[in-house]
Amino acid sequence: MTFEIILQAIVSGLLTGLIYALIAAGLSLIFGLMNIVNFAHGEHLMVSMFSSFWLWSLLGLDPLVSIPITVLLMALCGVLTHYLLIRYILKAKMLIQICATFGLSIFIRALAQFLWTPDFRTVDKPLLEGRIEAAGVFIGQPQLFASVVCLLAFVMLYLFVTKTETGLALQATAQDREAAEILGIPSNRMFAIGWAIGLGCVGVAGGMMTNYFFIFTDVGVNFALFAFVAVALGGFGSIIGCLYAGIIIGLVESLGGLLIDPSFKLLYVFAIYLLVVIYKPQGLFGRY
Amino acid sequence: MENTLNTARLEPVWHTNRRIMLLLAALALFLVIFPLFGPNSFYLHLMIMIFMYAVMAQSWNVIAGLSGQISLGHGLFFGIGAYTSSFLFVEYGVTPWIGIFIGMFFSAVIAVLIGIPMLRLSGHYFAIATLLIGISFQLVFQRWEWVGAASGLWIPLTEESSWLALQFHDSKVPYYYVFLAFFIISYFFVWRLSLSKIGFRLRAVRDDYQAASSLGIDVSKYKIIAYAISAIVMAPMGSLFAQYILIVDPDRMFNLEISILVLLMTVLGGIGNIWGPLIGVAILIPISEYSRIYLGGTGGAVDLIFYGLILMLICIFRPAGLISLFPKHILERKKQR
Repeated sequence: MTFEIILQAIVSGLLTGLIYALIAAGLSLIFGLMNIVNFAHGEHLMVSMFSSFWLWSLLGLDPLVSIPITVLLMALCGVLTHYLLIRYILKAKMLIQICATFGLSIFIRALAQFLWTPDFRTVDKPLLEGRIEAAGVFIGQPQLFASVVCLLAFVMLYLFVTKTETGLALQATAQDREAAEILGIPSNRMFAIGWAIGLGCVGVAGGMMTNYFFIFTDVGVNFALFAFVAVALGGFGSIIGCLYAGIIIGLVESLGGLLIDPSFKLLYVFAIYLLVVIYKPQGLFGRY
Repeated sequence: MENTLNTARLEPVWHTNRRIMLLLAALALFLVIFPLFGPNSFYLHLMIMIFMYAVMAQSWNVIAGLSGQISLGHGLFFGIGAYTSSFLFVEYGVTPWIGIFIGMFFSAVIAVLIGIPMLRLSGHYFAIATLLIGISFQLVFQRWEWVGAASGLWIPLTEESSWLALQFHDSKVPYYYVFLAFFIISYFFVWRLSLSKIGFRLRAVRDDYQAASSLGIDVSKYKIIAYAISAIVMAPMGSLFAQYILIVDPDRMFNLEISILVLLMTVLGGIGNIWGPLIGVAILIPISEYSRIYLGGTGGAVDLIFYGLILMLICIFRPAGLISLFPKHILERKKQR
């Protein structure tokens, strides 16, 4: 095993890690805001990939061009999720909340399988193709671009939450819903905004992944599992923690696959989750 | 508001009044003599599936309804039960009757091992951990050569139907009675459990763990007990199902759908209530089996669309399940005079 192979694994781990981080950030934002874990997060990712795919296949829009449309569609999807489902279970027990989002995930995935069949699809000849070589390491152009966009989206999300008035209102609602309401922050609208932004993040990730990943109805499952792990690792509700956690997961996945056995990639990541929740349940990094 | 409907208000449902007892006796009698009417094998299969899922859903109800912890990977114990009894029979010729109990033991041990670190955590962590552990077990069994890896274990057929090997080749009736027996035993066991000291302590932990803990109840210990009991109830169904279809493979036995179905059935019928799982199963299993007939194998996703929708609607409108639609005076124990 040469140094170059290890370097290659580190680079590809970093690139996928950034995507995991953005997906996890959406989950974490929603969790931190209203203490609800979106078990349908993977299915939302799948929907965003299909939306990007159909925009390409039916209207001929390249996934790169259709990113804003996908993000808007996902934000709309988030608002709908809030107003049609989440709004009614805000005050329910945690058990019911878990069951409700779990039900949503079953529903979306089965509906997608019914409408679009479980076939694997890919986008032919996207604008971004091919790979570049640097220092003996090959990097796929779409992967590189996706990671850069995810990182940018991450920075924007962070600035939004910490610097803008709406972002501060979101934080206030997350900290104390009732106190925020007394100060005139409508919590219901904040929740809807949280869902829109959370799923918007997923839309960015899904739209970028459409360039190089297979698009199929179960695609979201593993990404959602990794997002759960990342959120636990970064500390539930912490956005910047998700960035580090996503990168750690990407690295563990690719290095573990290289050094031990690639067929157990998932297990290494799961093992991290178990270790973290047992020994450091508050996560490795602080809040926001 | 419907959403805030507290299941505590329905608590007396765990108790039972005389009218319910008569109804149950009649139902049990009907179930015992049902094969005498000579139903065709489809109806026998339907009933067997109902018994099996009723027990599996009840097992989930013990951990979720009684102790308030959500397990999203409960199919794990089904798989452990199936693999233990089948492996012992295939490799060492141990009769499944003994294998069932060894499977129960292994399941309980695994439940305790998972429970000790995980059940100290809050609900979300536990739910996600069970999901991940369930998938991990499937991954490991898919690649574990010793237990047949992805192709699984084929249970060798005996020459003739045999009670000792728990294989019946020409009729489903013996299977029917075996499943019925386990169904009745499991329900009776959970019913007694819910009325026992452990049952009351578990509910105290579920409803207010701080209050329970201040009264001297060891919260994590009781959660682990509930998880182990739930595993013990689940495991025999895996063993029996393996005997019923005579093949054990990781995709079937550790299927995530098992974990989804037990959750769905219990929530639909009424979580935390002993009859809830049975009501959910009696509604969903016929729908699923009939849709398999009329829509064919490829229609598999159609019933899942329906399941997901039901689960959301129940959570929004009837978080206490369909059993909360029954008039209360039927369900509650008569007031002591």
